Amino acid sequence: MIAAARVQRKTLPGFRLTMGFTLLYLALIVIVPLSSLFGKTQALGLGALWDALTSARVLAAFRLSVGAAILAAIIDSVAGLLIAWVLVRYDFFGKRLMEALIDIPLALPTAVAGIALTTAYSEHGVLGRHLAERGIPVAFTPLGVTVALVFVGLPFAVRAVQPVLADVEIELEEAAASLGATRTQIFRRVTFPLILPAIVSGAAQAFARAVGEYGSVVFISGNMPMKTEIVPLLIVSKLEQYDYAGATALAAAMLLLSLGLLILLHRLQGAIQVGGDHT
Amino acid sequence: MKPIVRNSLLLIGVLAITLAYVAQSALAGDGSLLNVSYDPTREFYQEYNAAFAKHWQQKSGKSVSVRQSHGGSGKQARSVIDGLEADVVTLALAYDIQEIAERGKLLPDNWQSRLPNNSSPYTSTIVFLVRKGNPRGIKDWPDLLKPGTSVVTPSPKTSGGARWNYLAAWGYALKQNGGNEAAARDFVTQLYRNVPVLDSGARGATITFVKHGIGHVLIAWENEALLAINEMGKDNFEIVVPSTSILAEPPVAVVDKNVDKHGTRAQAEEYVKYLYSDEGQEIAARRYYRPRNPAVFAKYAARFPAVKLFTVDDTFGGWTKTQKVHFADGGIFDQIYQPK
Repeated sequence: MIAAARVQRKTLPGFRLTMGFTLLYLALIVIVPLSSLFGKTQALGLGALWDALTSARVLAAFRLSVGAAILAAIIDSVAGLLIAWVLVRYDFFGKRLMEALIDIPLALPTAVAGIALTTAYSEHGVLGRHLAERGIPVAFTPLGVTVALVFVGLPFAVRAVQPVLADVEIELEEAAASLGATRTQIFRRVTFPLILPAIVSGAAQAFARAVGEYGSVVFISGNMPMKTEIVPLLIVSKLEQYDYAGATALAAAMLLLSLGLLILLHRLQGAIQVGGDHT
Repeated sequence: MKPIVRNSLLLIGVLAITLAYVAQSALAGDGSLLNVSYDPTREFYQEYNAAFAKHWQQKSGKSVSVRQSHGGSGKQARSVIDGLEADVVTLALAYDIQEIAERGKLLPDNWQSRLPNNSSPYTSTIVFLVRKGNPRGIKDWPDLLKPGTSVVTPSPKTSGGARWNYLAAWGYALKQNGGNEAAARDFVTQLYRNVPVLDSGARGATITFVKHGIGHVLIAWENEALLAINEMGKDNFEIVVPSTSILAEPPVAVVDKNVDKHGTRAQAEEYVKYLYSDEGQEIAARRYYRPRNPAVFAKYAARFPAVKLFTVDDTFGGWTKTQKVHFADGGIFDQIYQPK
């Protein structure tokens, strides 16, 4: 995926075997199932496909799904950077527990997460109550969808940045300080460029997870047509009518869109890595 | 390195094949039955399966075990079409089994006439669950249209139960003096204006109403409402039975192609027949389904208040047509939410 091609010294023998295995694995797990998806859309003509994808309701759902996923990825990147920073740079009581807490969204069945979030953020919930009083309803609004997506994406954002941040040599920062750089300058000119590729990668992972998320979102979104329907819900509702072709058309469009965005992010990451490699 | 990789690959391969073989043999041929059902029947079939095993032992001298699968009715039907080898299907609406017959070609088109009462050994209807003391004084369908009343019901696009709710409201409006299609459409449109959340399934809607405290009234299956009251507190909720409602007939069927493949036809046919026996009817009534057998119904009459019932067939002309007109993409339900 990374654009920059480099000559690689072979540390491990058996390129053919490992490459063969990789391709076989990808074919079995990713490529074949996804190609059959496109195969199923063939049942629709191009005209019908276009109509299925451009109805007002589908477009509204796409806007919400992709928009909320992008927003959630951005929020996760910022929060993930802060959390990773605290975990890497400081020692404190309860750090282990915090580490475990961050991974919870990965392990939790999504329906459980959805019900828990809805309980907390509904107008009678512990958190939702105070927000609703101030005129900010969360559950059953696009904001609620974003909250659920932030929840599922957070571990990716933290875990992508953490090891890279731990590898940043303190000497570099000390050298900068001895040359008279202020703290902000050190962060902006030394540390941040080093961890930026990892931040982008974390954001990409958080986005990829969020855009296809179903289980935790259907509870908190409220599924109101034109307002809070997500694309995966429309896919399920098409399946409910045995409209496999329509469902796969939506799924394929979603896949292409996500793929495009991910490739863009990878490119960006490559550019940063190549351009910002002054170490 | 190489031999290690190769050996581990080989090992993984052998493991995978073994697993597949074990799974295959576990799922076929030991005379056990697989009953693919929908969500709210979980407790009912648990009890029925134990009773049926006893009955089959007496009748044939052989033991039989029944495995259950539960989920949304439509999703379950799709699993069977896609190859989940159900011996018996017991789903929420005839439409779902019709699709298994038409798309999957797994049972004949006349499946519904093979057993008494449209192949529905038990029935249910649609009622209201309100908060204790019924603070908003909800007695019948029109009360749900009052401004400021908040109604919880799932989306008919993704929930079988929600389709019954929608049709119950539509049928009520149709059967009023001066009721016609236009009036019914207007009635249902106004009803959905009062729905703040469209959950994707019936259980989800129950959770929204009971646990999250959203809404003044939940439209639900009678069995689900009775279960909610008995499981989650008689002190918090009460059931309101409307004047008119729909007769929900959850059908059952033997899946011919699969039982012939497994050699389980005898058990499977007895399994669906025994639902009509006194014992089967008793268990259904105990688990809040309305039994077809009048004697058993009389015994549990206190639990099932009288209500004027109409059916999908007599009022809407059957499921296939109803699905097309009301719930398909671009159908009447979608039009209700058309942006103006």
